[in-house]
Amino acid sequence: MIGNLDARTPHGPLAQKWTNHKDHARLVAPNNRRKFEIIVVGSGLAGGSAAATLGELGYNVKCFCYQDSPRRAHSIAAQGGINAAKNYQNDGDSVFRLFYDTIKGGDFRAREANVYRLAEVSNLIIDQCVEQGVPFAREYSGLLANRSFGGAQVSRTFYARGQTGQQLLLGAYQALCRQIAAGTVKMFPQTEMLDLVLVDGHAKGIITRSLVTGKIEAHAGDAVVLATGGYGNVFYLSTNARGCNVTATYRAYKKGALFANPCFTQIHPTCIPVSGENQSKLTLMSESLRNDGRVWVPKQAGDQRPPAQIPETERDYYLERKYPSFGNLAPRDISSRAAKEVCDEGRGVGESGRGVYLDFADAIARLGESTIRERYGNLFHIYEKITGENAYRRPMRIYPAVHYTMGGLWVDYNLMSNVPGLHVIGEANFSDHGANRLGASALMQGLADGYFVLPYTLPAYLAPQIGKRPSVDRPEFREAEDDVRARTGKMLAINGTRSVDSFHRELGLLLWDKCGMARNADGLREALARIPQLREEFWRDVRVLGEGEALNQSLERAGRVADFLEFAELMCTDALSRDESCGGHFREEHQTPDGEALRDDENFADVFAWEYQGNGSVAAPKLHREQLVFETVQLTQRSYK
Amino acid sequence: MRFKLKVWRQKNPKTKGKLVEYQATNVSPNTSFLEMLDVVNEGLIAKGEEPIAFDSDCREGICGTCSLTINGEAHGPDHPGAACEVYMRRFKDGATIIVEPFRAKPFPLIKDLVVDRSALDRIVQAGGFVAARAGSAPEANATLVPKQDADRAMEAAACIGCGACAAACPNASAMLFTAAKVSHLAFLPQGQPERTSRVLKMVTAMDAEGFGNCTNTYECEAVCPAQISASYIAKLNREYAVASFRRKAGE
Amino acid sequence: MTASSSFFRSSVGKKFIVAITGVVLIGFVVGHLLGNLQIFLGQDWVNSYAEHLRQLGPVLWIIRAFLLLNVLLHIFYTISLALENRRARPVSYKRKEHVKATFASRSMALSGLIVLAFILYHLAHFTARVTDPRFLLLKADPLNRYDVYSMMVYGFQNYFVSGFYVLGMFLLALHLSHGTSSFFQSLGLNDKKLTPRLATGGRIFAWLIFIGYSSIPVAVLLHLVKPAQQL
Repeated sequence: MIGNLDARTPHGPLAQKWTNHKDHARLVAPNNRRKFEIIVVGSGLAGGSAAATLGELGYNVKCFCYQDSPRRAHSIAAQGGINAAKNYQNDGDSVFRLFYDTIKGGDFRAREANVYRLAEVSNLIIDQCVEQGVPFAREYSGLLANRSFGGAQVSRTFYARGQTGQQLLLGAYQALCRQIAAGTVKMFPQTEMLDLVLVDGHAKGIITRSLVTGKIEAHAGDAVVLATGGYGNVFYLSTNARGCNVTATYRAYKKGALFANPCFTQIHPTCIPVSGENQSKLTLMSESLRNDGRVWVPKQAGDQRPPAQIPETERDYYLERKYPSFGNLAPRDISSRAAKEVCDEGRGVGESGRGVYLDFADAIARLGESTIRERYGNLFHIYEKITGENAYRRPMRIYPAVHYTMGGLWVDYNLMSNVPGLHVIGEANFSDHGANRLGASALMQGLADGYFVLPYTLPAYLAPQIGKRPSVDRPEFREAEDDVRARTGKMLAINGTRSVDSFHRELGLLLWDKCGMARNADGLREALARIPQLREEFWRDVRVLGEGEALNQSLERAGRVADFLEFAELMCTDALSRDESCGGHFREEHQTPDGEALRDDENFADVFAWEYQGNGSVAAPKLHREQLVFETVQLTQRSYK
Repeated sequence: MRFKLKVWRQKNPKTKGKLVEYQATNVSPNTSFLEMLDVVNEGLIAKGEEPIAFDSDCREGICGTCSLTINGEAHGPDHPGAACEVYMRRFKDGATIIVEPFRAKPFPLIKDLVVDRSALDRIVQAGGFVAARAGSAPEANATLVPKQDADRAMEAAACIGCGACAAACPNASAMLFTAAKVSHLAFLPQGQPERTSRVLKMVTAMDAEGFGNCTNTYECEAVCPAQISASYIAKLNREYAVASFRRKAGE
Repeated sequence: MTASSSFFRSSVGKKFIVAITGVVLIGFVVGHLLGNLQIFLGQDWVNSYAEHLRQLGPVLWIIRAFLLLNVLLHIFYTISLALENRRARPVSYKRKEHVKATFASRSMALSGLIVLAFILYHLAHFTARVTDPRFLLLKADPLNRYDVYSMMVYGFQNYFVSGFYVLGMFLLALHLSHGTSSFFQSLGLNDKKLTPRLATGGRIFAWLIFIGYSSIPVAVLLHLVKPAQQL
C-alpha cells in the first residue's frame, strides 16, 4: 500500500527550495478558511504556536492537551535557549552555517531541505517572539544578547535566564489565549487523544477521553495536526514530565502512519542521579558544569568510602584518562557512555551505584569558592535542594538521563505523514535533528513548525478538501469510539495484582539497559524477547482501580503504559535493524578504535520508517526506507577534536 | 523515616470530603514529597483502595501543575519552590503531615487534591497578550529595550501559573498572578499599544471569576515558587488607576 | 457603565477608596493626637484649643461631616470587601499557616470594628458627654470656657474608661501598623525597594500613635496630670 516514500522535497538549489515551494503552494482564500476545522493535538511550542497561527489566519481550530492548561506543556522546562542565524555577534554566522551545524550535529541522518528551511525561518522566530513580549536577555545597549552553545563555534543562542522554554511557551500560550478569546480556537484541556480516525484513508478526526469526567468523544476535522512531543518516558525515568507519552503518535502509527527512526534517543550526560527506587523523574544540570568540574570514580569496585577519604592515587579520572585531548569536555554521547561503563564495572558512586563524581575541589582551590559560586551558584543550589548535599564541600554526583527523542512520525517536506491529512510537528515528528539534536535546537524546531512552516504547507492538503469534513456519526467514528471504550473497560476489568507504575518501571529499566546509551544485537534481542512477555503480563495482571467515568489517574497511566509496552518493541526493532552507530544510536559493534560512533553511510544513509502490520497483535512491522539525498553537504566522520 | 499523613479525600465535587489518615513508612529522606505520595499510592493499590489523586507533571518546579497545601502552606515548607521540589528530609521523622488541595472558590475541587484552575487561563484570555500576528513582526533588534526593563519584565514573567498566590492568600485573591502578567507586558515597548485595555480587561475578568480582594498581607509573595514580588501588585493598582483615568478622559 | 463607575466597582477601585479614606482618617488621628497632647501643657492650652475649634462654627460641622463621610465609606467598602473575601473561600483549610501575613494584616476587619465601637463610646463620652454625669457638674474655667482639661482628667481617672481607651488605642495601632503602609501599596505608590521600608515605617508610626494617645490616661492615672477644679 505504501510505495516509495516521497519526501516531496521541492526542486531547485537548496537555498531556494523553501521560497520556490511557498511561491507555488496552493492557498485557501480567507473566506474559505472558516469553513475548515483543524484538530491540533498538543499545546506545547509546536502545537500552541500552530493552533494560534492557524486561528489567526481564520481557520477554526480545536486544540487538545492532557495538561490542565495549555501553558503547562513540557516545552516549558527547556532551559538553555533557542538558536537563530541572526549573526548579531558579527562572528560569521549565517543560515548556511546554522544549517550545516545542525545537519552535522545530527550525524548526517536528517533531510537537507528540511534542515535548511529550519535555519532559514529561525530568524523570523526571534522577531515574532520579541514582538509577543518574550523577555529575552539584553545587553546594556538594549540589543538582544546571545550565548554560545555546544556544537557551534558562533554565539547564536537567544535566552531568557535559564527559562527560555518557559518564556517562549508563554508567548505561544498568550497568542493562543488571544485566539481562544476571539473564538477561532476552542481549547480542550485535560483531554487526551486516544485514537485517530481515518475516513477513506484520510485523517479526519480523533477520539478523546476527558480526564476530568472520563467522557469519550469523537471530534471530526478537515485535518489533524499532532504536536504531542517525544516518547522519552518509555524509559520510565527521563527529564520529561510525568505525563509525556507516545499514545497519540503510536495510535496514529497503528492506523497506518509510518514511525521513523524510533531508536534515535538523546541521552544527556549531566543529570542528578537516581536516588532510590521511588524516584519518578530526573533533573538536568547544565552541561556547562563540566568546564570546571573533574569527573571521576574510585578505581576499586565497591569502594564505599566517602569521596574525601579516597586518596588521589585511588581515583580514576576516566574521561581524562581515556580521552586525554578532550578530557572532561568529551562530547555528550561519549561522556554518557563512559559513565555507564564505569558504573557497569561496579565503580559507580552513591546509594544506587549509578553515578559518577563531578568534583569542583581543584577548581575551587584554583579560582576560589566565590568564583565558582558566581558561575554556577544557581545550579549548586538546585543540586542541594534535590540531594541535600553541598557541592562546594563534596563532589556532585551526576549520571546521564534520557532527554529528547529525535525519532517520530515520518513526515514529508509539508510536515504531512504518509496518511493524507495527518500532519506532525515538533518533537513528535522525526524530521530535523537526524540522529542527534544540538542544544537550543528543539525550541527552534517547535516554533518553526508552528509559526512558519505548517501555516504555509497545510493549505496544500486543505485546498481540495473543502466540504469533505465527515460527520462524527459515520461508522468510522463509532467504531473507533467503541474500540477506545472497550480498551478502557478491559483495563479496568483485569483487576490483577501489579500496579501500572511497576510495569512501567520494569519496562524502563529493561530499555535503559538494552536500548539506552549503548546497544548491541544480543541485548536488543533479549529485550525483544522480554517485552512481549511483559506486555502479556500487563494485560493479564495489571490492577487499575476506580472507574472510567471520572478522574482516574491510574487509568490514564495504564493506557499510556500499554502503548509504551508496544512501542518499546518497535524501538528495539529499529535499533537492531540499524546496524551502524550514528549520533545517539551507539551500537557497540560499530565503533572507531577510540570509541566514537562509526557510521555506515553506504548502507544506512536513510530514514527507517516503520509500518504497523497486523491486527491487534504486534506483528513484525514492515520497514520502508527513505534514501537521504545530500546535494550540498559532504558526509564526514563527525569529529570535534 | 516514617510519617503520619492526613490527606484530603473527596470522591467528587458533590460528595463530602474529609481528612483520611495514612502511614508512610520506610521513606528515604531523599524522596521527594510527591514520590512519597506515589509510594503511599502503590500501597493503597496493593490493598485494593483507590489511590490519592493529585496533580503533578514536570516535577522540577516549572510547569506549575502541582498544587498541594502541605501543613497549611501552599507548596509546603520549602519556599521558594513548588510542592514537587519539597524533599522529605525537610520534615521531622515521625511527624504528622496534613495535605489539602488549593482552596479558593474559583478553584473548584475535582477529586481529592485535584482542583480546576482554568480561572487563571480565563484571566489571560481577557487580555494577557500582545496581539502579534505571525509574519508581521519587525526585525527583533529594531526596538531597543533597556536591559533594566527587560530584566524586570523577565522577573514578572517568571510566574509559573500555579495559583499558590490565591491558595495562600487569606482572601483567596489572584492579584499577584494578574499583576505579574500585567507588569511583564507593561515593562516592554511591545506591550504598550494594548496597555490600557489589557489591565482593565484582566482586572474585570479576575473579579468576575470570584477571587477575593487584595488586603496587602503579602502572603502570596512568600509562597510564590517564582519569587514574584508583591510590589507588582502596587504596579497593577497604578496601571489600573491610570488606565481607568485615561478611559474616562476618552483616550 | 461608565469608566468611573466600573472603577469603583472593581476590586482595585474599592481598595483605592479604602486607602484614600484611610489616609484622611490617619490625618485626623494625628491631628486629634496633637490636640490631645496639649493636656501636658496645662488647662489653658487645652481649653483655648477646644474653644478655637468650637469657634469654627459651621466649618467645624463641615469637617465633622467630611470625617463622617470618610468613616462611612471606609467601613462600607471594607465590609463589602471582607464579605467578598469570605465568599472567595467557601471551604476553609483544616490547617492554615501564615508565612508572611502578620496578625495585624489578617485581623483588619476585627480591629477596625472594635475601634469603631470604641469611637462610638468615645464620642458619647467626651463629645456628647452622655455617659458620665459628673461632666455636667463641671464649671467653666477662669476665662469662662468649657473646662475640657478637667473633663479629660476626670474621664480618665476611671480605670475602666482608661483601660478601654488604651485597648482601643492598641487596636487602632494594630490597625494602623498594617493600614499605613498598605495605603501606599493600594494606591500603587510602592516598589520592591520601598516595600520593606514602608512596612517598618508604618509600624513605627502606628506604635508612636499608640504611645502618644496612651500617655494621657496613663499620666492621669499616675496623677501626673491633675484636675484643675474639684467637683
